[in-house]
Amino acid sequence: MGLFILRRLGVMILTALCLTFIVFFLTNLHPNLEKLAKTQGEMRMSDEQVERWLANRGYDQPLPIKYGEWLGVWPSKIINTDDGRTYGRCIESGVEIADTPRYCGVLQGDWGTSTVFKDDVSSIIKTRLSLTGKLMFWVMVLMIPSALLIGVLAGMREGSRTDRTLSTLSIATTATPEYVSGVIFIALFAASASPLNQWLASMDWIEGRTLFKGTATSAMEKATFNNFFLPVLTISLYGMGYIARMTRASMAEVMTAQYIRTARLKGVSFPNIVVKHALRNALIAPFTVIMLQIPWLLNGVVIVETLFNYKGFGWVLVQAAGNNDFELLLGVSVVSVVVVLITQLISDIGYVYLNPRISVS
Amino acid sequence: MEPLSWGEIFAGMFIQLIPVWIALVVTFAVSIAYKRKLGLYGKLFDSTIGMIGFFLVMFWVFVAILGSMDMILTHDPLSQVSGMKNKVPGTPLRGAEDGDYMHYLLGGDNLARDIFSRVMSGATIVILIAPLATLFAYMVGITLGLPAGYYGGRFDMLLSFVANLVLAFPVILLFYLLVTPEIVNTGLPQFMAIVLFFFPLIFFAVLIHTRLKQQPQKNTVWLCAILIPLAIMYVVTINAPGTKIDVLGPVDFFNPASGILVVFVSVVFVNSPTVFRIVRGLTLDIKQRDYVSAAQTRGEGAWYIMLWEILPNARGPLIVDFCLRIGYTTILLGTLGFFGLGLPPESPDWGSTINEGRKLLSIYLHPALPPALALLSLVLGLNLLADGLREESLRD
Repeated sequence: MGLFILRRLGVMILTALCLTFIVFFLTNLHPNLEKLAKTQGEMRMSDEQVERWLANRGYDQPLPIKYGEWLGVWPSKIINTDDGRTYGRCIESGVEIADTPRYCGVLQGDWGTSTVFKDDVSSIIKTRLSLTGKLMFWVMVLMIPSALLIGVLAGMREGSRTDRTLSTLSIATTATPEYVSGVIFIALFAASASPLNQWLASMDWIEGRTLFKGTATSAMEKATFNNFFLPVLTISLYGMGYIARMTRASMAEVMTAQYIRTARLKGVSFPNIVVKHALRNALIAPFTVIMLQIPWLLNGVVIVETLFNYKGFGWVLVQAAGNNDFELLLGVSVVSVVVVLITQLISDIGYVYLNPRISVS
Repeated sequence: MEPLSWGEIFAGMFIQLIPVWIALVVTFAVSIAYKRKLGLYGKLFDSTIGMIGFFLVMFWVFVAILGSMDMILTHDPLSQVSGMKNKVPGTPLRGAEDGDYMHYLLGGDNLARDIFSRVMSGATIVILIAPLATLFAYMVGITLGLPAGYYGGRFDMLLSFVANLVLAFPVILLFYLLVTPEIVNTGLPQFMAIVLFFFPLIFFAVLIHTRLKQQPQKNTVWLCAILIPLAIMYVVTINAPGTKIDVLGPVDFFNPASGILVVFVSVVFVNSPTVFRIVRGLTLDIKQRDYVSAAQTRGEGAWYIMLWEILPNARGPLIVDFCLRIGYTTILLGTLGFFGLGLPPESPDWGSTINEGRKLLSIYLHPALPPALALLSLVLGLNLLADGLREESLRD
């Protein structure tokens, strides 16, 4: 088991290195650097000025060296320009040139500076990630129990009317991407033009003009049911159907097992069979699925945070990618790749632990 | 002129869609009449869920086909009519002349364009790109997944690593990195197209050659008949004037609209690794069967076994996944449109129209809802169709 985890960790690190290198390569393509120079320096720079601007900041070095500097395994270059100024990754104001460390990359904990937010990448990611963490927590709280419940109810009597209704329902939720369900929810519950809201307001049943808020910006400070339920529901709904269908399949399979028949013949009541005999075995498969669902949720988070204007991690991703703010973009991709890889690892290990039939050696 | 009531709006849309209804009725009548002779497709008509799914999918397919033949649209999806900005559904057209359709059935959008026509012509874009991109992803996934599963070893390890690499990438980040104008100008998507679009050529070449190796004459005829048109398509699709790859010059007769190639390539790129994993898994399972051992004993070549023994026996799960994947590709296309990536902003595809409509959603509901419901119904149809196919293919 130890060796297995160690090997997986090795592959994980290799994957993370490859992916960040790809992002690094794409963001450092010359047209992107040119755009960066023009937005950071001056809009009307001539080509020559652009080249000098880039050279002064070390952007003209070969790609592997720049990547090494960013990673913190290559000493950062210190450049003295013609007009007597000094530039370098590691140089901070107030610190003597002689005292600046030679290495300052991700490994040293220095993630660089965002050009859009004018702030440290690590602090931006920390605050935004905690906001998204709050969103994800509530998504999990809503999504997992309801998905498991739907799946178990549907799979417990395969082919019954409950099964058919719930299965069709879960197909419908998997067919509704977040930007569709989000738009429909806002139109129904959060738009003052919606007939539902107008009716509720005319009956004086709601305070204000809408049932829910269409933006979740205020939820960043203080999340309430009113401003946070719609984004949470939107993300959960898309993942819910898939988990429910997996649970249903696994539950239906368990219910045909010999030991369930034995229990029935012994005269154990149906609810007891479901809860005491079937449930534990039926939940092995959904566990893996739930873990593998987390990377998909990341997608949903980006869409929903954009749609509801909730300034979390996904929102930052869009801002960074849209403005080619590449140190921030690299930070964002490191975090998301690590999240994806760790969930894959946990799902593999958890699967082995939960399922005695599979062993790794 | 009076604005239309909701009943009249629906009646108007129903009348406007009459060609689609006729096509649907004919399709269903013919299919049900001959369903016993039509194999898996015919069996679909035994399951209610499958039939509903098929209905939804075919509805949009016919809207796409007939819409592009100008039989459904009431107005030009791109033209703006002054005074029709954000007007509610059923508003009469201002300054209508004889021969114009008198109303904006589903109202006007932010730029005073007819929403009904935009949604209907958006179907053409989606129905054109989504299945084709899925097909290309399948070619790539099959051509790489079969040998990876069959041979295993180093080759498999390397390909699986690359596939997992792409899968670990957040899709939206990938789109942003590939589809921004700066990167498009470097020609990167075109280079990717060179690689990805080559796989169908390999696939068909190997498919035909392994089968007809013993009959050289027939082999040559078939190879020429399939490969020459494909190769021509390949070259003219990749080649685009004014970009990094422009070698043909005036001979280049086919140039997809700006942005479509880029969108197509990125969608194929995102889908291929998943298909690769599915095909690889199926191959690992099927290669242990007796008929594969029999073929090996007969001395058949490895590629013959992969393409003519393993692949046909993996068709059940692959067909089901193909339907689901078209739906997923539709969602991806919508995501691209939602973030305003790739396709030009005035394009009537559903993602872009949703994105435009959502900005004024708290005041005007009507611009965003129709494309959202259209996308929802198409993807739902594909999912139900896949479910029906799975149920019917499991039955025997």
